[in-house]
This record gives sequence, structure tokens and C-alpha cells, in this order.
Amino acid sequence: MILMREVHMDLISAEKLENMTSMEKIRLILDKVKNGKIVVLENGLTPDEEVRLIEMTMTEIRVDEFSGIEIESYPSKKEGSFLDRIFGRSIKGRMTIIGPANQIRTIEKDKYQISTKVSVGD
Amino acid sequence: MGFISSLKESLGSWINRIFKKKRAKIGLYGPPNAGKTTLANRILHDWTDGECFGEVSPIPHETRRAMRKEGVVINANGSSIELDIVDTPGMATKIDFKEFMAFGLSEAESKKRAKEATEGVIEAIKWLDDLDGVLLVMDSTEDPYTQVNVTVIGNMEARRLPLLIVANKMDLPNASPARIKAAFPQHSMVQISALEGSNIDNLYQAIAAHFG
Repeated sequence: MILMREVHMDLISAEKLENMTSMEKIRLILDKVKNGKIVVLENGLTPDEEVRLIEMTMTEIRVDEFSGIEIESYPSKKEGSFLDRIFGRSIKGRMTIIGPANQIRTIEKDKYQISTKVSVGD
Repeated sequence: MGFISSLKESLGSWINRIFKKKRAKIGLYGPPNAGKTTLANRILHDWTDGECFGEVSPIPHETRRAMRKEGVVINANGSSIELDIVDTPGMATKIDFKEFMAFGLSEAESKKRAKEATEGVIEAIKWLDDLDGVLLVMDSTEDPYTQVNVTVIGNMEARRLPLLIVANKMDLPNASPARIKAAFPQHSMVQISALEGSNIDNLYQAIAAHFG
């Protein structure tokens, strides 16, 4: 008999994150990941939000409970108008995958593709 | 970020570029074991009276507290620049104490190291708000597309602060600085061996050009 194990993935649209504050986004992601879910963000986070997510993750690491996250995103892309560039609003996040460090492993990553393996816990 | 603070940051960045300030506070960033402290020690060895930042070790997260050395004067390209150098703990998104046990540390030592390492990552992140530029140290034998590299580069680009990539460990047979250059072609890169001091004068010239 083949045992089927499941992976819970949440694919979060850009629209859902659009109206959330940075802290709300980070809390949403961390809560899901700490519950063993894999999160895929359509538009990713800003560089500042990424670094705050890492910072928050560090405060929540607990021995034998949560060892951190695996996060993979593409290098940010510069977009927007001249004014956006002047005021530093031109860095746009790109698709990002985030999961528990003990479940998700990056196999290969380049500018255009991220390959990951997800293991299923008992 | 508010409109006024964006404007102030933008103007500050342009004023610095126009007047080419000759003093800069730069941080050494990168993943654990990229050779940040080895490079920091090399810089101090070359430009001070033999001081050193700290111990180096093959065990990841040897540096767990940021260390700063003020007033390091580097002469290159016929000019000099005074640097405040901050050697930061390795950035990571995960820290598992079992990783340290694999290096022979006891469980208690490993748990303590893991706790200190998480604090070190937070400290490194906090320092990002207080720097004029970053030397991003990468291990040339490793895949450059790590999230730490992508995140540090993204943050420097968003803050419009100068960034110089240091492709370290070029002395190792499987080193591939070309892979780093291909990954981040928009940024200047210097390949070195911090351990052996190879190509280090090119790095000092690039530092003077970038941060001076």
C-alpha cells in the first residue's frame, strides 16, 4: 500500500498582500510557516520586508521546535517611473517561496528558476 | 518610508556622491564562513599595527557579535580613505544547533552557540541602518544565489548605498568568481583570497574608488 502524505501550500496573491502592512505580512507568513505550511508569494516582499522577516524569524527560533525558514526569491527588479527611482520606490519584489527550514530545500536557483524539494514530516 | 525621509535620504546620497566624502562606515556582510573575519583581519593587518578583529574557525557562526574598528586609513589610487569597519556575524535564515554538533561541539555548547548566532544575525541586520556602504563577501566555491546575498544586495539597492562584492577564496581549486559576476552583473566585484592576500591591492583600489 502506498502511503500518501500531504504538503499544505498557500499561494498568496499580490492583491491579498497589497493592503497589508509589512508587520502584518511578516506575521502572516511566519504563522503559516511555523505551522508547517509552504507559502508562495506572487509578488514577494520588498528587500526591507525580507530582512525584517529574517530578523523576526531569528527571534522565534526554538530548540527542537522551529529552526528557521528557507526563503528563496529572485533578485529584485528595478521598475517604475523616474520619480519612483528618485525616491527609492523602484525595487519590486518577485515571486518568493518560504517554508520551514526542516522541510524545504533548495536544489538549484538562478535568475529565472528556483528548484526546491519539499519533504513531508511524519 | 515617508516622503520626507525618502527625500532626505536621496539628497544625502547625492550630496555624498558630489562631494566624495573621504570617511565611510562600511560593513562586511555575507553568509557564515564566507571569510568576513579573515578579510577584516587582513585589512587590519595591512593598515594598522597588527591588530585583529577576532578568531576564525571552520565552524559556522564563529563571529556572533558585530565588531567595529574606527579610523582605518587605506591608501590607494594616490588618495586615502578613512574607514570605520564593521565585521558582522554571518547572516542566515535558519540556525539549527545540530549543525554545530556535527563539528564536535557538545549539545550544550551547540545550543548556546545557536542562541548567540540568532542574536548575531539580528545585530547584523540592525547595522544595515547605520552604514555608508557594504562589502558583501561571498565564497567563490559556493553557489552565489543564496537568499542572504539576494537580500543584502536588494537592501543596498533600495537604500542606494554603494556595494562592492568580494569573491573570496579564489585560492581554492573549485573557486568560480565568474559565476558570481554572472549572477550579479550590475555590481562591481573583486576576486581575492583573504587568507593568502592574493589580489588584495585590487580590493583596496576598489574600496577607495567605491567608498571614497
